[in-house]
Amino acid sequence: MIPELGHFALVLALGVALIQVFVPAYGVWKRDPRALAVATSAAQTQALLVFFAFGCLTWSFVYSDFSVAYVAANSNLELPMVYRVTAVWGAHEGSLLLWVAILGGWTLAVSIFNRRLPADITATALAVLGTVSVGFLLFMLLTSNPFDRLFPVPLDGKDLNPLLQDPGMVIHPPMLYMGYVGFSVAFAFAIAALVSGRLDSAWARWTRPWTTTAWLFMTLGITLGSWWAYHVLGWGGWWFWDPVENASFMPWLVGTALIHSLAVTEKRGLLKSWTVLLAILAFGLSLLGTFLVRSGVIVSVHAFASDPARGVFILGFLTIILGASFLLYAWRAPKLASEGEMTLFSREGLLLINNVFLVVASASVLLGTLYPLLVDALALGKISVGPPYFNAVFLPLFAPLVLMVGVAATVPWKRAKLSEIVRHLRMPLIIAIAAAIVVPLYIHGHAPVAVIAGGFLGFWAIVTAAQEIWRRMRAKTTLSAGLLGVPRGVWGMSLAHFGLGVWALGVTFVSSYSVEKDVRLSPGQSIDLSGYEFRFDGVEPHVGPNYDSDYGTVTIEHHGEVVATVHPEKRLYRATQQMMTEAAVDHTPLRDIYVALGEPLSEDASHTGDWALRLYYKPMMRLVWLGGAFMVLGGLLAATDRRYRLTRAAEANFAKNSAVV
Amino acid sequence: MRYLIPVLILAGLVVLFAAGLKNDPREVPSPLIGKPAPAFNLKLLGEEGSYSNADLKGRPVLVNFFASWCEGCQVEHPVLLKLAKESNVEIIGMDYKDEPADATQWLARHGSPYRKVILDHEGTAGLDWGVYGVPETFVLNAEGVIVYKQIGPMTEAAWREKIAPLMAGAAK
Repeated sequence: MIPELGHFALVLALGVALIQVFVPAYGVWKRDPRALAVATSAAQTQALLVFFAFGCLTWSFVYSDFSVAYVAANSNLELPMVYRVTAVWGAHEGSLLLWVAILGGWTLAVSIFNRRLPADITATALAVLGTVSVGFLLFMLLTSNPFDRLFPVPLDGKDLNPLLQDPGMVIHPPMLYMGYVGFSVAFAFAIAALVSGRLDSAWARWTRPWTTTAWLFMTLGITLGSWWAYHVLGWGGWWFWDPVENASFMPWLVGTALIHSLAVTEKRGLLKSWTVLLAILAFGLSLLGTFLVRSGVIVSVHAFASDPARGVFILGFLTIILGASFLLYAWRAPKLASEGEMTLFSREGLLLINNVFLVVASASVLLGTLYPLLVDALALGKISVGPPYFNAVFLPLFAPLVLMVGVAATVPWKRAKLSEIVRHLRMPLIIAIAAAIVVPLYIHGHAPVAVIAGGFLGFWAIVTAAQEIWRRMRAKTTLSAGLLGVPRGVWGMSLAHFGLGVWALGVTFVSSYSVEKDVRLSPGQSIDLSGYEFRFDGVEPHVGPNYDSDYGTVTIEHHGEVVATVHPEKRLYRATQQMMTEAAVDHTPLRDIYVALGEPLSEDASHTGDWALRLYYKPMMRLVWLGGAFMVLGGLLAATDRRYRLTRAAEANFAKNSAVV
Repeated sequence: MRYLIPVLILAGLVVLFAAGLKNDPREVPSPLIGKPAPAFNLKLLGEEGSYSNADLKGRPVLVNFFASWCEGCQVEHPVLLKLAKESNVEIIGMDYKDEPADATQWLARHGSPYRKVILDHEGTAGLDWGVYGVPETFVLNAEGVIVYKQIGPMTEAAWREKIAPLMAGAAK
């Protein structure tokens, strides 16, 4: 009964979403305020219906209703409760439902916080969000219904993919989807701006916190995904340039560009049509990511449920949404005149260059991801593009970006004096260079050129971000007044740039100083790696809730003291008969020690014999994710800056413009 | 005019994707199925001598295209190790567009399920065999004819349901 209710709620939601699209559109066309007002109530009703459907599927998982095909395929009686709940988005159908539910959440938020906007802008934006929702609801109901029944009902389910039974996977997809779907709000407002022809600094100020919020969730999602891959894939890597990772990275890059160009549009009234284009692109790339992951056109380990019929549907939907948006853009954007002049050596000029780099980076990731498809379509043969391409292309694009991060915050709007900038940046430059040479020498005793260069970039971003805060603080008399006097937006920007620097340091150190060793050890034997003594204490059989494992114990000593006892595991999941390596990691901010259990090497495979073990020493590994965490925190502060809440001037401005129209 | 550029790029991408969907590797069986394995003669990893398609004849074998840089290969690796150990099936590794040193290190780290590892450094064999992306696994019968192609990581289910029956048939 419950699954049928869920299914019915989805059908109803589709109906309400259609109302949410057509009635407000009619209202905008006829200037009918009653039709415009329908947008809000339809949006809220639709969101609640989708939430209800999501609850129904969750209920089916919690109570192991294996008569639902999706539950039978992705759950098991032995599956722990937390993974039963997260199994809701463990495969194709459920993750679509999550997508739609999150879209419902964003739509609900827009419908609640829209009070200050003119009714026609709100109605257009909600109608656009409704269109997206219609597409995904249709997709789900026609090709991927999560509530399909299964008969005969199996006694037990097939179990969730073991790769997904990990704490990182509990929150990674919802966060990532929050980001993907969150860009739909900026997209909806961009379309509303094009339709109404009104795009001013008030529009930009309204769009900024939404974009920043979507961006911060996306950053969090990507960071968690990287952390998950590091723990679960079991070979010490944290980014693989897999098509699915690229699918999330492309909208992140364009979203980052959008955040910066929105700043220019708000402060200077420039780059208007460019900002609108970026808003469309960021969401377009989110849709493209969904298409790539769901259609199976590109082979990836993540593409767990691929089906060409689904691919055709998403491709059609993507074509309609983006085709209509770009045509609207081609028609209306030329009228969005900029309000001022632009000089290249100014903050807006540097932000434009930053945008160019970010968009080119995104385009090169897109090219690398699609190149195999292109070559295939042209019948030139079949090829794969590996990490060598991405690393070669990405580094030269990223280094200048990090350099600019330090400069742009110091350069004033409109016009800058070179001599003044040089005076400002002299000290950070000296500190960054000194730190880049001294720190690696102090910790590791040798410093290759690559480390000095990478370290310089990292320290440069860190020092200039700190300087920005200090510059604003020192005008105040006391420390607390100074700290409180810095606006949240500035804190946010500086923290995000600081995080970028921390990330760059982490990447530099990890890629240059990591040491790894593959060893054969008998129980009781020890081995040394980078000054750490690893004692293998043997392997014991262990019975988990839905798996059996070989549970290893390794004691790690440093300078004669025990620093950690870790337990790497090899799990065999009973229902799927899949092997999983659970690496054990001991970490401090300055280093990770990573132990993975290999194969038993003795003939009888008993637990007392020799085992192959893989040991890694990874300095500064945590910084890679800590950098992401700083960026998220920065996004959080920037999105909650109080000037977005106290926007009387904006209201007045909008009211004035609306009166003119 | 320049405002039309995005829509033109989109049109190009849509054509590409439509073609990509039609070429979907999971739907269209390899045109090589039922045909003899394409000719090659390549060096071996870690030992002297070379290996050619003629050496694949005489018994059923799995030819597994892999690379040290490939994430999917990491995923399927435990399955292959288990197959090599338990089913006694002969697996020939085809190291696709990879550096020999990287492959050696990778195999030392994860264990090798392969009787022989052939070095397809330039990817020429991969091209002739129609490899879309690694990993891919070809099932060859005793006459050296391709009877099945697994695209993407090898799974226990694919082995049980598709490949093992074929191997049993191919041995006759």
